[in-house]
Amino acid sequence: MTLMQKLLGAAAGLALTAGAASADPALIFDLGGKFDKSFNEAAYNGAQRWVSETGGSYREIEMQSEAQREQALRRLAESGSNPIVMTGFAFGDVLNVVAPDYPDTSFVIVDMVVDQPNVRSVVFNEHEGSYLVGMMAAMASESGTVGFIGGMDIPLIRKFACGYAQGVKAVNGDATVIANMTGTTPAAWNDPVKGAELTKAQISQGADVVYAAAGGTGVGVLQAAADEDILSIGVDSNQNYLHPGEVLTSMLKRVDNAVYEAFMDGPGLETGFRVMGLSNGGVGYALDENNAALVSDEMKAAVDAAAAEIASGALSVHDYMSDNSCPALTF
Amino acid sequence: MDFLTLVQVLDSTVRLATPLLLACLAGLFSERAGIFDIGLEGKMLAAAFFSGAVAFVTGSVWIGLLAGIASSMILSGLHGLASITFRGNQLISGVAINFLAAGMTVLIAQSWFSQGGRTPSLIGNARFEGIELPFAIGPTDAQAAGRPLSELISEAGPVMQFYSELISGHSVLVYIALLAVPATWWILFRTRFGLRLRAVGENPAAVDTAGISVVGLRFAAVGICGVLCGIAGAYLATALQAGFVKDMTAGRGYIALAALIFAKWRPWYALSACLLFGLLQALALRSDVVEGIIGFPIPVQLLDSLPYILTVVILAGFVGKAIPPRAGGEPYVKER
Repeated sequence: MTLMQKLLGAAAGLALTAGAASADPALIFDLGGKFDKSFNEAAYNGAQRWVSETGGSYREIEMQSEAQREQALRRLAESGSNPIVMTGFAFGDVLNVVAPDYPDTSFVIVDMVVDQPNVRSVVFNEHEGSYLVGMMAAMASESGTVGFIGGMDIPLIRKFACGYAQGVKAVNGDATVIANMTGTTPAAWNDPVKGAELTKAQISQGADVVYAAAGGTGVGVLQAAADEDILSIGVDSNQNYLHPGEVLTSMLKRVDNAVYEAFMDGPGLETGFRVMGLSNGGVGYALDENNAALVSDEMKAAVDAAAAEIASGALSVHDYMSDNSCPALTF
Repeated sequence: MDFLTLVQVLDSTVRLATPLLLACLAGLFSERAGIFDIGLEGKMLAAAFFSGAVAFVTGSVWIGLLAGIASSMILSGLHGLASITFRGNQLISGVAINFLAAGMTVLIAQSWFSQGGRTPSLIGNARFEGIELPFAIGPTDAQAAGRPLSELISEAGPVMQFYSELISGHSVLVYIALLAVPATWWILFRTRFGLRLRAVGENPAAVDTAGISVVGLRFAAVGICGVLCGIAGAYLATALQAGFVKDMTAGRGYIALAALIFAKWRPWYALSACLLFGLLQALALRSDVVEGIIGFPIPVQLLDSLPYILTVVILAGFVGKAIPPRAGGEPYVKER
């Protein structure tokens, strides 16, 4: 019995020292999964970049259901991971509860603001990036009608749509923007069939460029656009390669930079509110060999000029989430 | 609203109704034989994955279709084993199949392709293309004329628009699904096998007394159910889409169950119920058309929920009574 107690005590001691020694960072992916070709995958790429540059290691958890959020956070915090980075607005409420219990651990949340002393909240100016791709859509469109397909109908996605519509109208004031949402439940992030049907419906209304901000549903949108020979615009990660020559561009949301920076800063990172916009490389548009032929010099010049104006503050794009209304689009 | 818009909405209706129709007929065979099947969703999902994955690996969509049907039939067999052979609860077995399919497809996809639980995009022969019927305006005409297909169709006469857009240009699976309706009616109501199958769902003891195997008949029904679900899943992944995405059935199996109740377990009614549900889904995509017809906007969410509302209305007995097969849900125990 005493031997057993000694063994157990030794094991517990080992576990404690191991826990204290490992200050590895951790990354939690939201529903949708690590390889969603979009938002979470960008976070993963940022973490991998950190690994290849520093040779460090990190822990990761992929959410499978809503109920796991708090459990996953607490498990990582208790095992000594620091900092803990999580992607997705849905962590907001949970983190607000969990963060005060682990005052020595730094947390980073992407896409949501949590007001706690040990939390860094990273939000993106998606409306600015969407404005740029909206300008490109309007310039590439021949019919004067462009489309937007969102995933779940939440304010964040309306923010994308609103920025996009403003960009379109800035180039062509008479242009029509058709905006559809896939649904009102989380299933709307993974319904490519409905995404494709929405695309076809928008095409029959005259749209010849479609912007998808819809997670896995966007795969269906881009596919249908390629099938029907119109242009599409990807989102979050660079999706130009999915259908080379048929994807006009992708609105980049540099979640990878946010994760990379957090990992680099390490434990005790600077907390507070951080906005990633055009001025600090947080959003942008993708240009590579897959879409080089689609983006004319004139288009690039106009978009870059607008980007510089937004970055310097000379041009301001309305943020839907600031007052839940959009001057350029009615939902 | 012009005629072409109407045709386009109907075209969308056909595409959206096809997976519902196949799954609904699948459920019809199973439930008519007395086996409730909540696992339509899971079987479609498994078939969608295996058809997409195998079509990608082999490069042939037909082999993919067979693989989809096979995977769906394996799950059907599992359902049969649990609920017929071991007389388990049919609802629980069905729910288990849904969970199994939802988890398994993503797991296998991830270890097979490492693309986050999806299959790579299908191209060329790995995908069902639309069939161009004779005389219809299709992609080849558009290529010959060097102009977009939509332009050619909008210039054609109304009859040609109707024929080219609505009748022609669908995947072969759509025509198979439509032919499955008269085939189902004929099998169930004009053949000896169909009579026995229906009897086994109403009064299995009587069938047993006549010296016919209840277990055999029920397994046959569950098998047919697997084939039809397999085609439905393959249609989603290889015809409508170019590959599998996790949870891509998005509740279509449950809408098919609702359509089955709406149709009161009859084949022709199933066709109209699925077309109606498909039309509602198609209209939800074109809220501008709805507004044009009735003059004021209707929230998309209301249109999306109408299939379920209608089913509740039917179940509540406002529009005739929906009576399920009498022996449905009951495992058959031979008297000793």
